[in-house]
Amino acid sequence: MSLLPQVGDAAPKQEPAAPTAGSGTPTLLILSCGPATSLQDLGRFGFQRQGISPSGAMDRHALQLANALAGNPPAVAAIEFAQLGGELACEGGPIQVGFCGAAMPLSIDGASQPAHVSITLWPGQVLRVAAARTGVFGYLAVAGGFAVEPQLGSLSLHRRSRIGGLEGRACRAGDRLALRRSAPAGCEMVLTAPMPERAGPIRVVLGPQDDHISASGLATFLSQPYVISARSDRMAYRLEGPGIAHAKGYNIVSDGIVTGSIQIPGSGEPLVLLADRQTTGGYPKVATIITADLPRFVQMRAGSTVRFAAIGIGEAVAVARATASDLAVAMASIQSLPEDWRESGWLLSHNLVDGVSDGGE
Amino acid sequence: MVLKQCHGASWGGAVVTNDSGPKEIGPRIRSSAMVPDPVSDAAAYPRLRWCGDAALTIEFGEIIAPELNRRVLDLERKLAGQKRPGIVETVPTYRSLLVQFDPVQLDPVALGDDLLRLAASTDAPCSPGRLWRVPVAYGGAFGIDLDALAQRHQLSPDEVVARHTGAVYRVYMIGFMPGFTYLGGLDPALATPRQTEPRPVTPAGSIAIGGSQTAIASVEAPSAWHLIGRTPACLFAARREPPMLFAAGDEVQFQPIDARRFEALEHAAAAGELVAEVLRPAAPEPSR
Repeated sequence: MSLLPQVGDAAPKQEPAAPTAGSGTPTLLILSCGPATSLQDLGRFGFQRQGISPSGAMDRHALQLANALAGNPPAVAAIEFAQLGGELACEGGPIQVGFCGAAMPLSIDGASQPAHVSITLWPGQVLRVAAARTGVFGYLAVAGGFAVEPQLGSLSLHRRSRIGGLEGRACRAGDRLALRRSAPAGCEMVLTAPMPERAGPIRVVLGPQDDHISASGLATFLSQPYVISARSDRMAYRLEGPGIAHAKGYNIVSDGIVTGSIQIPGSGEPLVLLADRQTTGGYPKVATIITADLPRFVQMRAGSTVRFAAIGIGEAVAVARATASDLAVAMASIQSLPEDWRESGWLLSHNLVDGVSDGGE
Repeated sequence: MVLKQCHGASWGGAVVTNDSGPKEIGPRIRSSAMVPDPVSDAAAYPRLRWCGDAALTIEFGEIIAPELNRRVLDLERKLAGQKRPGIVETVPTYRSLLVQFDPVQLDPVALGDDLLRLAASTDAPCSPGRLWRVPVAYGGAFGIDLDALAQRHQLSPDEVVARHTGAVYRVYMIGFMPGFTYLGGLDPALATPRQTEPRPVTPAGSIAIGGSQTAIASVEAPSAWHLIGRTPACLFAARREPPMLFAAGDEVQFQPIDARRFEALEHAAAAGELVAEVLRPAAPEPSR
């Protein structure tokens, strides 16, 4: 499964049902979506000892912010779009949605919508999520969440083992996703202080098997640029670049893997294991991406160049805490908009119009 | 900031060098008492390795041995007994315990220090898990590699089956795919290096040999292991409680069955029966 758009991969487009009276169960009908579109929450924890991958949102910050915009608790399952967008029709009753993550411009029946503002859809309306202009993963959260039965405590799809999602599979055209409740008859919400963006190398903590990597291999890993391969998916991002030499063979007695583990297989080209990773593995892991930098890393597209920098565990923990506080500040910045926000130019006057509105392409 | 990482210390050459995946290295287990090598081992293990800012692993060694695996499970039990807030999940493996945590909720360095202290006191072997009898149809369409594997070892297929069913195996860990059960205790005469190219699809329930390991595959998956049989038992059913048949620390014996019996048991398994039989329940946990 590539993250790149693949011609002919998307299921045929569906026609929306005729607008209803709006008295039924509010339901999102997927008219079209990319093949890697799936339901994801914060993951399925507690089962790795049984070989079950945690899965969950690739960009955990974006999922939590999308949920906050939709008025949900942070861990509710949303639709995760991967680079390609989709079209969704509202049926049965009003639906309030929040969107965060990759820059995927939203429009309703052709009218572009500002980013970081919740949207209430009415029966008969079609929401278009455009392909990502930057980034990879975007999250569409619905107020109240989807009425889908969790499997092993989570809605997150793990495609390879057919757990979670919609009966063990990804979303596709024709799916009708019923909501747990109708949209609140309230106003729209706006995220006024997004999380600060960070540039620079992706930070890692060395280990657990950096002692299986030669000194020159370690120097290569920390100094050379690597390119994210097109053969990347939710399970792992492959990195292309100079090979990393092992010190004592490339097999270890299989041990545990975490999200962000950087494996060095026999080829010497690093493999970054992500949300849908296996739970154990037998290749040395040179380092682990810190949790704070995982969202930034997964939003890098195939072809992007990445560099790594090592930090100590003390600094890594300090960064984790600072990032948790940044996320809390962003969540707390979500506030309700006045009813006349469109007419009054509220966003403009509050300096909240960014470049991510769809020009109706 | 105390970093409990010991670089460079190892079991001097015990590290697996070829073939992918785990291996049992018999001669490295010097005795069942696991007397540590005074030169290289004493200070080396147990040791802590960081796995980023939200996980650490406590390693008891670099080989596959029941003694190490028991200490892993004992450490996991002791940590679980603490009910420490901020622990997300623990993953026991052959010879190490992975501990995932929330670095905002707890102090990872203090956790690491405590775990190392706990690990040093895992001298009491933890009590054995359940003993299972698992029905297996060997050979033919159930185990397409049985004949070739027998030929390779200059044994008859029946002799391979007799040797494979003659052992009691230890479940070292569940990993890779949901319910995939790694066993140790294979008759060394049956050890067979993995095939060079993995088959893209192998059936659920496959009984396979890879190197000196044998395993029960839980779900359809690619595999380079040699397929010698299949069990109708369902190792993983997401909607069953518990979803997994086996747990690390359990023991397994195989019982040969014919095709007709396989079919009957497969139907029973589809209807929700366990099919595999518990011959002995888990021993009660030692008091501490």
